[in-house]
Amino acid sequence: MNASIAPGTTARRNRRWLVLSLAPVAAFFLVLSGFPVLNLLGLSVFNVEWSEGAASFSYVGLENYRRLFLQETIYWAGVRNTLVFAVGVVTCQMVLGFSMALAVNRAGTAGRTILTGIFLLPIVIPPIVIGTMWRLIMGREFGLANTVLRALGLNEVDWLGNPDIALASVMFVDIWHWTPFVFLLMLAGLESLDEEVLDAARMDVTGFWQEVRHIILPLMLPTIVITVLFRIILSFKVFDEVYLLTSGGPGTATEVINFSIYRTFFRQDQVGYGSAMSVVTLFAIAFMIIVARGLLARSKRAKDTE
Amino acid sequence: MTGRRIAGRVAANGVVWGYAALILLPTLWVLSNAFKYKIDIITGTTISPITWGNFEQLLFSRQSHFLRNLFNSAVVAVISSAIVIVIATMAAFTLGRLKVPGWLRWLILGWALLFQMLPTLTFVGSWYVMWSAVGLHGTYVSVILTHVVHNLPMGLFLMLSFMSALPHELFQAARMDGCSNGQMFWRVAFPLVRGGMIAATALIFIFSWSDFAIALTLASPATMTAPVAIATFAQEYDIRYGEMAAGTLLSIVPALVLILVGQRFIVRGLLAGAVK
Repeated sequence: MNASIAPGTTARRNRRWLVLSLAPVAAFFLVLSGFPVLNLLGLSVFNVEWSEGAASFSYVGLENYRRLFLQETIYWAGVRNTLVFAVGVVTCQMVLGFSMALAVNRAGTAGRTILTGIFLLPIVIPPIVIGTMWRLIMGREFGLANTVLRALGLNEVDWLGNPDIALASVMFVDIWHWTPFVFLLMLAGLESLDEEVLDAARMDVTGFWQEVRHIILPLMLPTIVITVLFRIILSFKVFDEVYLLTSGGPGTATEVINFSIYRTFFRQDQVGYGSAMSVVTLFAIAFMIIVARGLLARSKRAKDTE
Repeated sequence: MTGRRIAGRVAANGVVWGYAALILLPTLWVLSNAFKYKIDIITGTTISPITWGNFEQLLFSRQSHFLRNLFNSAVVAVISSAIVIVIATMAAFTLGRLKVPGWLRWLILGWALLFQMLPTLTFVGSWYVMWSAVGLHGTYVSVILTHVVHNLPMGLFLMLSFMSALPHELFQAARMDGCSNGQMFWRVAFPLVRGGMIAATALIFIFSWSDFAIALTLASPATMTAPVAIATFAQEYDIRYGEMAAGTLLSIVPALVLILVGQRFIVRGLLAGAVK
């Protein structure tokens, strides 16, 4: 109708829609996520001093990077802990989540809505609340965990204050936090498998374990691989719980990358040095994400050409 | 065979309900502290007299600003999720349903994916410096706009998945009838993705409400949100356990409401957003 009256107008309107609908998103991304990367790169070659609320910049070249790679110890302890944390929690979450999903998928379960509601709880309540909760539970004197241990006649444990177990305690909280999410993902994956394919394949195997190993795991593999890769990368984001539970302590026992950056920037006011840390972290993780995407795309292509 | 099947059913139920108890019991224990006197919390009494004192202290005492913190959380979460959903829905329609230059689509979605996965903490330093430079550090504007960009990738991917689920024929027919892009959006796409928009808004609201890192570094005492306030309770020398538990309870109310009324939406949104 419109087109027959003035074809030029519609074309112009359509172009205008394209620009107007994409401009806000592009503007937000450019100004508040693209520019900050450049900003960090710029700040990282300066030494920034604060005096009376005003910053004074002095150019130091690559000094901040030299210091980070040659003199820094806490940040690198954080890198090590973050890697241990990521691999450890994701492994546990996957094993637990997948097994539970498998059990529920095969046997069905009572009260599915209530169950889903409970499993959603850790996912939707603020992470800082989860930190608070577990700090109260793992507290040395009045914590629920030690109250239970004492009631059982066992020795109490300093869950968050003992450097040997503090990281394990923090990892436990994260496993508790995210296993339900992995469970829901895996369950959705299992339920979307084609029943007919499964029935046909079941003819050729005997027993539950064979079925899992030769049918369900291969069919679920793409979902599992994607979930593992992205859960690992997302667990590099850990900050809120660590901030509240241990603040990286005792010593560097639970130091994670994000906490090092926070401390350098906001508690020690070392903006230039903190920027160098951010830049190194940012590019290292971006590199990992791009490699992971590349591997996924490649394995998908290989499968398509088979 | 049936015996084994029943045994399997019981075992499966045992395992998942066991995990459910592991979620529920610690949560309830902590929340129960909100109704206890300090002495009962410290001595670890399970069954104890109920008091509303913690809530009174938390909400109405002169030293506490928690009511203000809750209000700030609401302002930030409502406004930022409204902005995200509006601009993400329009952009998702264009990217998912219209002819857009390949490089532009690749650039926006590629950056959204990368940005979503990068740790927030690598950006907060720069945000702090930028907002301070324009004199807006500590204002609602800085916290809200930063929340928008932080949650934008999720909004974009969620809406993109809902947009791509719409049948292709509808848009073809609309195009044949001479609809412009804007008309197709308002008359065809928008009415059909409203359910998806509600799901996405709910999730984005929850993530904005839950944010800690951004509010911690950008908000001033006047704009401080509830999660930051709760964290400061825990850092004080004399930890006020009762008030902390009461604050925790109040700050999870939106999440609880959503689980009760919109469970379907949350699951749908989480699953749509997770497998990208």
